[in-house]
Amino acid sequence: MSPDGAAEHPLFGLARAAQPGGDVRTSASGPVDSPAGGNRLSGPLADPSAEAGYSERHPERMGFFTDTSVCIGCKACEVACKEWNLLEEDGLDLTGMSYDNTTELGATTWRHVAFVEQRIDPSTRARVDIGMPGMGAPSTTPEEGADSDATEVRWLMSSDVCKHCTHAACLDVCPTGALIRSEYGTVVVQDDVCNGCGYCVPACPYGVIDIHPDNGGAFKCTLCQDRLGSGLAPACATACPTESIQYGPLDQLRQRAEQRLEQLHEQGMTEARLYGQDPTDGVGGDGAFFLLLDEPEVYGLPPDPVVTTRDLPAMAAHAAIAAATAALTVAACFLGGRR
Amino acid sequence: MKARADRGAGAEGSDRSAGHETREPFRSYYGRPIIKEPTWKVPDVPAYLYLGGMAGASSVMGALAQLRGYSRLRRVGLLCAAGGSGASVLALIHDLGRPRRFLNMLRVFKPTSPLSVGSWILAPFSALSGAVAVSELTGFARPLARVVAGFAAVLAPAMTTYTAVLLADTAVPGWHETRRELPFVFAFSSVAAAGALGTGLAPRSEAAPARRMAVIGSLGELLASRVLEQRAGRIAEAYRTGRAGTTLRTARVLAAGCALGALFARRSGSVAVLVAASGTAASAATRYGVFEAGRETARDPYYTVVPQRQDGRSER
Ligand code: SF4
Ligand code: SF4
Repeated sequence: MSPDGAAEHPLFGLARAAQPGGDVRTSASGPVDSPAGGNRLSGPLADPSAEAGYSERHPERMGFFTDTSVCIGCKACEVACKEWNLLEEDGLDLTGMSYDNTTELGATTWRHVAFVEQRIDPSTRARVDIGMPGMGAPSTTPEEGADSDATEVRWLMSSDVCKHCTHAACLDVCPTGALIRSEYGTVVVQDDVCNGCGYCVPACPYGVIDIHPDNGGAFKCTLCQDRLGSGLAPACATACPTESIQYGPLDQLRQRAEQRLEQLHEQGMTEARLYGQDPTDGVGGDGAFFLLLDEPEVYGLPPDPVVTTRDLPAMAAHAAIAAATAALTVAACFLGGRR
Repeated sequence: MKARADRGAGAEGSDRSAGHETREPFRSYYGRPIIKEPTWKVPDVPAYLYLGGMAGASSVMGALAQLRGYSRLRRVGLLCAAGGSGASVLALIHDLGRPRRFLNMLRVFKPTSPLSVGSWILAPFSALSGAVAVSELTGFARPLARVVAGFAAVLAPAMTTYTAVLLADTAVPGWHETRRELPFVFAFSSVAAAGALGTGLAPRSEAAPARRMAVIGSLGELLASRVLEQRAGRIAEAYRTGRAGTTLRTARVLAAGCALGALFARRSGSVAVLVAASGTAASAATRYGVFEAGRETARDPYYTVVPQRQDGRSER
């Protein structure tokens, strides 16, 4: 199931050759034994690149850890992404959604900063439902929170991005082999192969990838594939002034995230939680994962995403039985007489 | 691309929006969708679904008619198989963002992609069916065409259901949560569509098997759709309300009419034509209704958030 002989792709061959020796995995963890465990479609998978057919000397799996607790909503990541990847301006809308002008990830928005305003009680840090935050002119009547202790406004800001799933539905369903696993364990589209069938769009459980309305192809974050080969960090992580976006080997990022979570919990921010770091989740863990301060859906993230290809064997079985039923039904109709 | 309907500015907070009184409250990011709505176009993709299924069942009908010596029904079946699958290919190509790269579909064979597997079924099926149709119309190489029609008929049953897997293998709740029932809906709907066309287009003296297909296929479609809705849980709302609900209700009426008409179509040519029309419309409307229901579940974050919260990592 090696996607499309990606290892032989001339571009990636070059990128690998340019790797300084230190970056290359030398521990020789040996060929990953994945086929038996059913890990090809879902579940934990230690090394997606090896599974995709890269040799043992491929670089470590790289990823993002986005720590939203230090995000200041400056959108430097959005801008840096657009600049580096030459993504055109796609509308600066006054959306009524706090400072969010980009609304969602899409073919020309590969980093999207979400903004949520909440009123909380500073002593308990409990969120107080303030109903619908203001559209239109600010109301003059005291808000519900006024007589409680909910005096503090909390801003949730989070820079969203493609999750570079361990089991990426977009990659699984792509019929042309345009979507491939890179040597860094990321998921990238080869624009010269994509025929714009659009299957990846509804397949992604996070609603990340989209078809470009003008040129018909599918686009999403590449983790700056063209920078990684020269040893550079992705543009967004480089631009982020608060290190909310951290880039590095996924193993290290996961450790760092655990430490940060502990630290926040010690400080009393018990609402902090990690999202997408768990290799046993529905997509086998994300290559780009998050530290959030509220439920995932508040940031527009699915609470428990699943790579639907997990169910492909069962779906194929149902389809086969249904097809046989159709054939037998037609055959039965020919059994009777001519009347 | 930002033009996707801004679904109210109901900022983060519980959605108890009007008309959904039975819904559990849930939180979301300003009521915006979580997954992306498919970019697939109407009528391209519903037509692709209908035509492929109809062609598959017609091919089986044509091949069996050939075996049992119904020469006119054979002709109808084989021609509908060729026409339907050819048109299905065209609808698929037309829907692509980059139609000139259609052949990239056949660049790899990917078992994990229902569209790849489907293209590898559709391409040989439509080629074989097309060749058979040419022979059927010109009389060229008849004996060979008989054998080729048999090969096409072996691929044909898969034509009736691969599109169900294609829809079900997405994050769209309305399609993934109904993944067990959808293939049966599509399979029976295909049988009904082919039977309806056979009833209307073949001489009444030869159309008995087609009439039975129209009856059993339509009843099967009605039953499978019912089971689908009953097992769909929260998702059923999308199948029962809005445009999808209206379309599917219409489809049910048409399917019932098709089944009923087929019982009497032996005696009257005009009833046979009505059966063909209602069966075709029912089958096409079913595909469109399922398509539309899925799109609604993609647009509304309720269908993503609440089932994922409450069912955890359960199977369904
Ligand atoms: S988040 Fe979506 S687009 Fe990104 S790798 Fe996962 S499935 Fe693909
Ligand atoms: S739109 Fe392009 S990248 Fe997406 S599934 Fe189709 S061919 Fe693959």
